[in-house]
Amino acid sequence: MGKERLVTIRVNGQPVEAQVEPRRSLLDFLREDAGLTGTHTGCEHGICGTCTVLVDGEAVRSCLMLAVQANGRDVFTVEGLARGEKLHPLQESFWKHHALQCGYCTPGMLIAAYDLLKRNPSPTEAQVRDALAGNICRCTGYVQIVEGVLEAAANLREKAETPHGEPSV
Amino acid sequence: MKPVNFDYAAPESVADAIRLLVEARGEAKIIAGGQSLLPLLNMRMARPSLLVDLARIPGLDEVRLSDGWLEIGAMTRHAVVEAHPLVRRHAPLLAAAASFVAHHQVRNRGTIGGSTAHADPAAEEPLALLALDSELIAEGPDGAAKWPIGAFFRGPMTTALADAQVLVKLRVPCRGPSEGWAFREISRRRGDLALAAVAVWLRREDGICRDLRVALGGVADRPVRAKAAEAALRGCAWEPQIVDKTPALLEADIAPGSDVHATADYRRAVARELLVHALNEAWERVGELSPHC
Repeated sequence: MGKERLVTIRVNGQPVEAQVEPRRSLLDFLREDAGLTGTHTGCEHGICGTCTVLVDGEAVRSCLMLAVQANGRDVFTVEGLARGEKLHPLQESFWKHHALQCGYCTPGMLIAAYDLLKRNPSPTEAQVRDALAGNICRCTGYVQIVEGVLEAAANLREKAETPHGEPSV
Repeated sequence: MKPVNFDYAAPESVADAIRLLVEARGEAKIIAGGQSLLPLLNMRMARPSLLVDLARIPGLDEVRLSDGWLEIGAMTRHAVVEAHPLVRRHAPLLAAAASFVAHHQVRNRGTIGGSTAHADPAAEEPLALLALDSELIAEGPDGAAKWPIGAFFRGPMTTALADAQVLVKLRVPCRGPSEGWAFREISRRRGDLALAAVAVWLRREDGICRDLRVALGGVADRPVRAKAAEAALRGCAWEPQIVDKTPALLEADIAPGSDVHATADYRRAVARELLVHALNEAWERVGELSPHC
């Protein structure tokens, strides 16, 4: 019953190997086995969005995926955004616009916004709001988060920088 | 909030999946995209001894045309249903319904087969499948089984599927000429399950509504057809005074309940309002695009 199995998941480009029970969520794998606590545990039933990560380049809720389902796949988390001390443009603009207060929702907001800019480098405000609709913030009222995402989008376009912080696979 | 411990298998064929399900004697649960199952597991409302993951079975997420039917593998994800060129062209009502499913992150994992087998009465894709008169194909220990969609849903979270049967394919008749469609939904917030939703398919020729099917969600214990409203419009010229009378005909076909999200009366009011908008939108849409398979 529920015997442990070996899974290997590439997290931000680095393979992470662990023996896990099948019931281990990808979220708990990231936090407990990979030691990356940037991805936050919120509702654990797919409502709040703070555990959002990319799996094979697509945004998913890591509380609604098992580690065994992610075996052999590529996961990108909020820790992958910055390059050393240099913050990602999204993180810079979140900072500038005070797009966080308590910070609990922030990792999910950043990854959801990153995913949006990957698919749509020039979103309208309505598109930003739609893309963040699955991420709940109880502090900010969203206004500054939306401003932060729109400015990051503009900055990324101006610098013709790719928003891809994901390591090439 | 963690699930009970369970075992996990990821078979590479439908036959192997069926064998595992039979051996588990009703204690196993199929996992498709897991977007409804994982919350139930985390809250321990479901306590299976084994999860049988369909994700490694090749071919279950294929979308293709076959003799006037659009065939959609049960493991096709909502995001793919929403964006797939074949679905958008030949079953645009279904693509529209998929776009209303939850949020982007959930549409990236959840599947059309999983949602259909889960049978939440407020789920969107089953409404489109019902309005389009689709067929469902399953495989099980006794071979293949097929249901018209109208015979599949038996109650909330209850379908015709037996324990060891695996839903493998959904077949949707391709959109023909002179056909229109519409999907309308009201939910508390973008991405929530519908308080009420309406899917309409109709065929319009020479100003006459030759045929139509109207499916409603969130207003009964399963997706339902608005049979009385359909009967009032079928074969008729499209007169506002007839269309505007259809909401009053809903009562015989719906039985909304009250919950924390909305009262039964509010759901009824929303369904009545959405119905007229959806009917007129479907009527106007005829001729926008009339592809052939």
